[in-house]
Amino acid sequence: MLLIRHFEEKAKQAFQQGKIKGFCHLYNGQEAVAVGTISVLNDDDAVITAYRDHGHALTRGVDPNACMAELFGKITGCSRGKGGSMHFFDAKKHFYGGHGIVGGQIPLGTGLAYAQKYLGTNRVTLAYMGDGAINQGAVHEAMNLAALWKLPIIYIIENNEYSMGTTIARSSAGDPLTKRAGAFDMAAIQANGMDLDDVRAKTFEAVSLARTESQPTLMEIRTYRYFGHSMSDPGNYRSKEEIESRRQNDPIELYKARLLEQKVATEESLSALDEEALAEAQAAYDFAEHSPEPELDTVFEDIFAPEDQIAEFRPDLRG
Amino acid sequence: MPTLTYREALNEALSEEMERDDRVMLMGEEVAEYDGAYKVSKGLLKKFGPKRIIDTPISETGFSGLAIGAAMYGLRPVVEFMTWSFSLVAYDQIVNNAAQIRYMSGGQFSFPIVFRGSSGGGLQVGATHSHTPENWYANVPGLTVITPSFPDDAKGLLKSAIRSNNPVCFLENEKLYGYKDEVPEGEFLVDIGKAKVRREGNDLTIVSNSGSTHRALNAAKILEAEGISVEVIDLRTIKPLDFATIAASVTKTNRLLIVEENKPFAGWGAQVAYQVQRELFDDLDAPVHRLTSLDVPQPYNGALEQAVLPNEERVIAAIKEVLA
Repeated sequence: MLLIRHFEEKAKQAFQQGKIKGFCHLYNGQEAVAVGTISVLNDDDAVITAYRDHGHALTRGVDPNACMAELFGKITGCSRGKGGSMHFFDAKKHFYGGHGIVGGQIPLGTGLAYAQKYLGTNRVTLAYMGDGAINQGAVHEAMNLAALWKLPIIYIIENNEYSMGTTIARSSAGDPLTKRAGAFDMAAIQANGMDLDDVRAKTFEAVSLARTESQPTLMEIRTYRYFGHSMSDPGNYRSKEEIESRRQNDPIELYKARLLEQKVATEESLSALDEEALAEAQAAYDFAEHSPEPELDTVFEDIFAPEDQIAEFRPDLRG
Repeated sequence: MPTLTYREALNEALSEEMERDDRVMLMGEEVAEYDGAYKVSKGLLKKFGPKRIIDTPISETGFSGLAIGAAMYGLRPVVEFMTWSFSLVAYDQIVNNAAQIRYMSGGQFSFPIVFRGSSGGGLQVGATHSHTPENWYANVPGLTVITPSFPDDAKGLLKSAIRSNNPVCFLENEKLYGYKDEVPEGEFLVDIGKAKVRREGNDLTIVSNSGSTHRALNAAKILEAEGISVEVIDLRTIKPLDFATIAASVTKTNRLLIVEENKPFAGWGAQVAYQVQRELFDDLDAPVHRLTSLDVPQPYNGALEQAVLPNEERVIAAIKEVLA
């Protein structure tokens, strides 16, 4: 959580310095969601998310240097500078992106779970979406298929109360959003996204159901983002007072207090962890800044996979 | 060599490829228990079982996206659209996910997936069911687009498409499912990206695809009696475009007519015409002519629909215009 927080602060700074372009959606405030859910997984389970993807990638173990370099558009980035903030990927870490079309990743994640089951892997998939995505048809179509075909997937709605600038009250009928699972007879769980332990416990239940019985779950994790929808959003649709009051419930501070109370950590050890995370974020910034730009001819690379089952194919694309 | 219908040739390709590789599966509406809306998948459920021949709900976005995700994970799905007209509901999944994630991820994932199904007009099923959407997909970098016109190509190209490690849009033609011709048995692959001269001639070249290739061949046969010698090139693959075969023919005949069933604005024929004028300007004895469907939604009425399509009378008139 500390690494995500510091990474995002560095990303924000770099965006303001003009070193990061395009859209950049920060995860501050939502850290306990990615950490609480992904920390329950095995290393070879699959993770797929939407465009606010920095936190999930870092939690999945994607190299922070490669993440920051991707934001800078560098060749050393986790998508070779071709994806940007919204499109982080890391096949080796079973991180399936980083997707820019709201809800479009949910059928895709359902397919990952389908293949996991088809191939008999005993692995599961976590598929994340924001609260805005729940009104996309793609999400409902995918959930129907997952319930119908008993797929090992956990759909996670990160409900930060705003789909861009529109409050949930103005976008979504039916509260809570887990009600949507009822239509498919799908298990549904709610979790407090500001409480890491609660997120972990609830996710553990859902992952167990997926792994042992190959059944999907819809989770709604209530959370809050501190900054605008993206860096380009001044956030005029909510008051400073609202944000300030929600910051009082910060997931990192809450967890720190719990660790101190349980005497698992001391002020000194927490402060050392914080320093370490800050140094890692700074190192990522430095790495990104000093990494080379992609060569221009890489623009033609990565379109087609090499063919190995067809004798003659795409002579036009051969060297 | 056995004679098969276009439908049977496709069925044979599916069956052979599923036997060859158990990661290949077929998914779509009515493909299993109903044996396929156009019977292309007839008998496959019995042969391969419900794990690999999968009936889906009417949910194109959902099952297309699911199949793309499964391809991302290493399966080799074949997705049937009952008609390509219904693929519009799944357009985002095909364009943004199947075609572009490989690029956006810096080449980390591949998408060995085939989307296939019927397309085209002429059966009086109205505007929503009569699209020829090869242009819409050919416009997307990362997609390969195939439109076979004959049973042998239907088989050989579908087998190649299934073996490709990249996403392929495979547009069959509803009117051709019953068309019979000789088809090689067993292992028979047709190269993706290669056009075929289906009829040789000297006076004029026609470039066409799918149902329009048959219109062009019929017109050429009729005009033979008048002493007009027409060469017909069946594109087979729309993208990547086999410009070399077109160029060789145009250099010989010096006249080009393009026949396509698409609506006129920015169809693949416009791309061919552009490349020909750009690269073969000095070889042309007449302006390139392009015959398409009329720029109106597809009407239901039979006579109206025939007037909209690039029918043989229109092809003959266009040939004479280019030769005039």
